[in-house]
Amino acid sequence: MVKKIEKLEMRGISKSFHGIPANQEIDLTISSGEILGLLGENGAGKTTLMNILYGLYQPEAGEIRINGERVRISSPLESINLGIGMVHQHFMLVDNHTAAENIALGYKQAPFLFPQKKIKDDIVALSKKFNLEIDPLKKIWQLSAGEQQRVEIIKTLFNGADLLILDEPTSVLTPQEAQDLFRVLKDMKAAGHLIILISHKLDEIMDLCDRVTVLQKGRIVGHAQTADVDKSTLARMMVGRDVIFDIQREKMPPSRQVLRVSNVTVNSDKGFPAVKGVSFDIHRNEIFGIAGVSGNGQRELVESITGLRKLVSGKITVNGKDISNQSPRKIYNSGVSHVPEERIKFGIAPGLYLYENAILKQHHLKEYSRNSMLAYGNIKSHARSLVDAFQVLAPSINVQTKDLSGGNIQKLILGREISHEPDLLVASHPTYGLDVGATEYLRKQLLKQRKAGGAVLLVSEDLEEIFELCDRIAVIFQGEFMGILNSDDPQVSDIGLMMAGSLKLPAA
Amino acid sequence: MKIRITDRAKITPRDQVLALVFSIMAGLFVIGLIFLAFGVNPVFAITKIFAGSFGSLYGFKETITKAIPLILIGVGLTIAFRAKFWNIGAESQLLMGAIFGTWVGLNWGPHLPAPVIIPLMFLAGFIGGAIWGLIPAFFKVKFAINEVISTLMMNYICAEFLTFLIVGPWKGKTKFGFPYTDDLPESAILGLISGSRIHYVTLILAVLTVVILGMIVYKTRFGYEVRVIGENPEAARYAGIDFFRTTLIIMAISGGVAGLAGVGEVAGIHHYLSYPASISSGYGFTAIIVAWLAKLNPFFVIVSGIFFAGILVGGDAIQISLGLPAATVEIFNGTLLVFLIMGDYFLKHKISIER
Repeated sequence: MVKKIEKLEMRGISKSFHGIPANQEIDLTISSGEILGLLGENGAGKTTLMNILYGLYQPEAGEIRINGERVRISSPLESINLGIGMVHQHFMLVDNHTAAENIALGYKQAPFLFPQKKIKDDIVALSKKFNLEIDPLKKIWQLSAGEQQRVEIIKTLFNGADLLILDEPTSVLTPQEAQDLFRVLKDMKAAGHLIILISHKLDEIMDLCDRVTVLQKGRIVGHAQTADVDKSTLARMMVGRDVIFDIQREKMPPSRQVLRVSNVTVNSDKGFPAVKGVSFDIHRNEIFGIAGVSGNGQRELVESITGLRKLVSGKITVNGKDISNQSPRKIYNSGVSHVPEERIKFGIAPGLYLYENAILKQHHLKEYSRNSMLAYGNIKSHARSLVDAFQVLAPSINVQTKDLSGGNIQKLILGREISHEPDLLVASHPTYGLDVGATEYLRKQLLKQRKAGGAVLLVSEDLEEIFELCDRIAVIFQGEFMGILNSDDPQVSDIGLMMAGSLKLPAA
Repeated sequence: MKIRITDRAKITPRDQVLALVFSIMAGLFVIGLIFLAFGVNPVFAITKIFAGSFGSLYGFKETITKAIPLILIGVGLTIAFRAKFWNIGAESQLLMGAIFGTWVGLNWGPHLPAPVIIPLMFLAGFIGGAIWGLIPAFFKVKFAINEVISTLMMNYICAEFLTFLIVGPWKGKTKFGFPYTDDLPESAILGLISGSRIHYVTLILAVLTVVILGMIVYKTRFGYEVRVIGENPEAARYAGIDFFRTTLIIMAISGGVAGLAGVGEVAGIHHYLSYPASISSGYGFTAIIVAWLAKLNPFFVIVSGIFFAGILVGGDAIQISLGLPAATVEIFNGTLLVFLIMGDYFLKHKISIER
């Protein structure tokens, strides 16, 4: 058995992808009984650094030392053997297996036959110790995100982890679940574990961590004891300037109704109701935001509006026309555009050229296709104007779309979706994972769309984005609206409670 | 020592050519080892194969004859494979085309002149192959049944059905009890380029099909939709592309052109239906490699089709002259396919060794 980790150091770690540096000369130290925060924006290199520590990537330079001794970690297996455990942002669990089976998987002391029976009791004992309550016999898909996370944590403890890495652990949790997690982490710290918390949320870092290391564009820009700094100092370190977005949202007079969603119920992939009797409307010159922790029905609601998912009941109209259960193409033709979440999974055909992706939903329109032949002249000039107008950084329109960065793909998709002046733009997490510059640009484009008379439905987990852009805000929890607020309503401060499901406003 | 596999950042046309050349060389090397195991000088055998198919006028004419079905089927497969529909059933789509075409030829041929009956036979063959391709396509889009399994199994069903026809209801009166249909009437038989077995009508049809399908893939809305489906089915759904309809059309085309090849084989070469293995010597399977070697580009299918036809002809030549088993050609083709697919993997991934 390897000695317990007392101290871990990373020295001069550098790593680049395709020539673009992701980590440059990073130094980092953590000792037993300490929680270290790793703070930085999306794309700052936090996850890359931790993946190096976990053995998923090899650094190009630098070394890792455990208890002063230099180690080489060339695979997750070696990392686990050294006592390092990682809980990824997206859980690595087998959905159709029980929690116990998932924990038994990869557990070296598990017996060959019926492993889950033998270790069930061990799980219960361990979960008691750290208040990590789970039912070991439930299948993963039956568990909430918080419970799944507990399964992941127990799994790392079973494998003897002294050092636990958590990558954005609260991004899928309700505030209540997050508080529970924090309590668990504090107990583990008291028991002598080392914990690295990756986050871009200042509150968490301040609440939980003893020390914080701030990354920006792959470099360390500062270390601090959380007791010595305040949130605004950290924010400045993280972004490299004061975080005041200079986006101005003009007042717009009330205008004609575009979207009307009445009493809509939609099922999830598993066949359970994911959206339960939701009603709202959106007008011209209005951005309507849906706030909430992801996985509370946002995706199903968006898919029902854009034709990708069938309604169980209810009705959706656009400009007075019924679009309930129409095909995606008919709904597009009725004036609804869609910037999908997971842009690479849904929004583009990665191996096709940029210009071919510039017309992905519009290729059937008369400008681009005549007598079923594609009009490549028009398509290319449209692509060129999109690239210019939406500042897509690309060597040319003849590159494969997968070679663009995430931000540029998103600009291309947004440009494509608003270039045909839709009456309604549905945008799901449009700035997720983008850098500050691209984020600001995309937000401005949404406001421009609003000013030009469009209606926008914005689904976002990012409350700052919601407050900045939206005229009205609905909070969704477990498929129901907990209330719809005007952005100047003083009650917006209660949004956190509404997101957690502990406050529901009476229907207006 | 550790072996590490990462995605290759950029793939240039030069890399593609190099990967292709290396795959073929490596494949030939392994095939050479097999020849060696049989006690045959590999360099001599491989030279003999290509001399047999491209080295003489007679050999070249035979190569073109065998290239006709390979090109037709291969180009149909490029469309299916582009949409990630793994059609392994072209062999039976060819046979079904042959069955439909023969029925039309036998029944209507005696009353109709060649310019009428021959287009009708090809039309019937297209329909036959298309129906046989549509069945697994329908099962896939409707019930999510894996097409690799269903198209493969359809091969056996069709082969048994053909055997049933020739030993049963369609058995010819003039064939002395052999399990063959009667000969097609004169008007239903395709003309040959003199001194060869090249049935030029099918050859022209094959080249036309390449041009038309090439245009469809790269220039039309339908081809665009096929490529989007193949690249990202989720994005296709998001873009309002009808997966159901598009998949059915793809398989109607892919099966249909294989059916054309079946008509060509019967009306151009055999003149009557006989056992499945004599109507097609595995063209439907070899064409998979043809499509793959052409990198799913319809136009390149002409080159790769002739290349593999050459191997079939050359394989026959070494069977006879070197006394190698009949399976030699299949081993040859299979080995090359494995190396072509490996070459593709090494083209897309970078392997590095760390110490």
